[in-house]
Amino acid sequence: MQTSGDNKPGWAENPVVHQRIRYGLFIICGLLVIVDLIVHRHTYLPVEELPAFYAFYGFGALVGVVVLAKTLRLYVGRNEDYYQQDQHGEKDDA
Amino acid sequence: MPDFHPFLPFLVAAILAAFTKGKVRSAIMLLAPVVGGLHLLGAETGTMVEYQLMELTLMPYRVDELSLIFGYIFHIGAFIAVLYSLHLKDTLQHVSGLLYAGSAVGAVFAGDLFTLFIFWEILGLSSAFLVWASRDETSVATGIRYLVFQVLSGVLLMAGALWYWLDTGSLIFNEIGLDAAGAWLIFFAFGIKCGFPFLHNWITDGYPASTATGTVFLCCFTTKAAVYAMARGFPGTELLIYIGAFMACYPIFFAVIENDLRRVLAYSMINQLGFMVCGIGVGTALALNGATGHAFNDVLFKGLLFMSMGAVLYVTGRTKASELGGLYKKMPITASLCIVGALTISAFPLVAGFISKSMVMSALIEEGHSIIWMFMLFASAGVLEHAGIKIPYFAFFAHDQNIPAREAPTNMLLAMGIAAVLCVAIGVFPSILYNILPYDAPYSPYDMTHVLTQLQLLAFATLGVVFLHRSGRYPAEVPSTNLDAEWFYRRLFPRIYQSIKRLLTRISDFIGNWLRHWSTGLMTGLNRTHGPEGTLARTWPTGSMVLWVAVLLAVYLVADFL
Repeated sequence: MQTSGDNKPGWAENPVVHQRIRYGLFIICGLLVIVDLIVHRHTYLPVEELPAFYAFYGFGALVGVVVLAKTLRLYVGRNEDYYQQDQHGEKDDA
Repeated sequence: MPDFHPFLPFLVAAILAAFTKGKVRSAIMLLAPVVGGLHLLGAETGTMVEYQLMELTLMPYRVDELSLIFGYIFHIGAFIAVLYSLHLKDTLQHVSGLLYAGSAVGAVFAGDLFTLFIFWEILGLSSAFLVWASRDETSVATGIRYLVFQVLSGVLLMAGALWYWLDTGSLIFNEIGLDAAGAWLIFFAFGIKCGFPFLHNWITDGYPASTATGTVFLCCFTTKAAVYAMARGFPGTELLIYIGAFMACYPIFFAVIENDLRRVLAYSMINQLGFMVCGIGVGTALALNGATGHAFNDVLFKGLLFMSMGAVLYVTGRTKASELGGLYKKMPITASLCIVGALTISAFPLVAGFISKSMVMSALIEEGHSIIWMFMLFASAGVLEHAGIKIPYFAFFAHDQNIPAREAPTNMLLAMGIAAVLCVAIGVFPSILYNILPYDAPYSPYDMTHVLTQLQLLAFATLGVVFLHRSGRYPAEVPSTNLDAEWFYRRLFPRIYQSIKRLLTRISDFIGNWLRHWSTGLMTGLNRTHGPEGTLARTWPTGSMVLWVAVLLAVYLVADFL
């Protein structure tokens, strides 16, 4: 078993790698939009005919999910031992 | 191969496993799904075994295309889960795991509602032992809560089946439809095990409480057996489309803010079940194939993800995102296999999730459910966030916490490897799955439109994660409990019970005090006259008695003269 002593930074902590992954993603996204503009997709709904509809929808949906989830956390977030506290409380009562 | 009920190999193996140990037990456990699986390969569709029990016709064994595909995946799932748990020396987990897998197999080959009910109950009870197998302080209560839901489902199924039988005179399990007698009871019995909204907390509560290996068993069987039952009993029930869409969407938000990565996967499971339930609701051949195929694939990719998190739990003792990170250096194989699972659940092209989920999506849009389709597309992007990125990122990358760790045991890696290979193989060669789908609906997932649109959706959703991360808007992982529907029965109802108890105590105290006060007054009054110091107890001197006798005699004398 490796112990906590031998902890060298790995490739995933390298900022250059982060940057390359980011740029790779930008290129892929760019290419996907270009292909979308060139080829003809078959569509069922009028909204699908918008150029790069799926790209906008994917980005928007994800950002929307995270933003809404952060708002949800304000309402439903409690301490980690929320239910355990209650159990102990009940025991104390009894 | 001789014909026997497919539950039998698992039952025999469970009994033998209870009395053996070491390599013998390992061999027996691995043999059960292998023997069962080989038997299934020889099974012919249309086989029906019927018994007459008084006036009742029972069909404990029926093979058709729908039961067969679930039979296949349950045997594959059982083999993988058994292999994954071979390093354990825990008889309880081994025996209950085998019985659990066997009862799921029994349930999908049950041709009547009575046999289904029997396996339904074994399914619930044996799986509860997998929750209790953690043997810690919280698992006892969690296991009981889990079992209550299973029993409730069983009771509803039994009541519904009896009503159905009284009305139709038959217990044979075919399409029921919501208009039949007792149908709503059966519908909700299946619905509880499908993880219907507000009845879903046994999944998010029970699964993360089980052991590293127990959760792998749990994620394979109960919910998929329920999807099978729903697909057979209620195909094309429109209500299921809306329930499924809701199931696919709401868990995403909880998954984003959940800290326990196995609970994230539990929410993710409900989200995937949403796609299956929705497909059953649409009810066309393509949609039902999509639902069935997705259930098949879900056993593989959700099993793979639960296995990778189980390996992390086994090695480090942690599953919370806030306590993990940087494990890719010490667990590179587990990390890679987890990423395969993450890609599969996100439905990237060339992996299994893509070829099954796209059938449900295509069926929705073909049948004109465009708004529901938009919600499902939204849910697809959400899956990428919590299961595709969050799970591998927080467990294996994120902030290196320098946790002492090593690679997972070989049997765990092998089990994960098999699941990963199947995920990719089915994605690359969809005909492996399409050939065993129950209904006739030719489908080609790899056309330009599907691949391009799916890649756009996923690539730009990933871009969304990068954007949120870079701009500091991505929510941090914090230790927390997020209130869900379980709050009602874990907090509100106990509180109401406590309040009623307090109120009744107060009323009884009041009445008690009043009675005490009143009785004290009565006793004091009685004491005043009848007590030892009371008027009636006073002793009188003899002189006064003689005086009174004299007075009395004087009165007589006077009276005599008158």
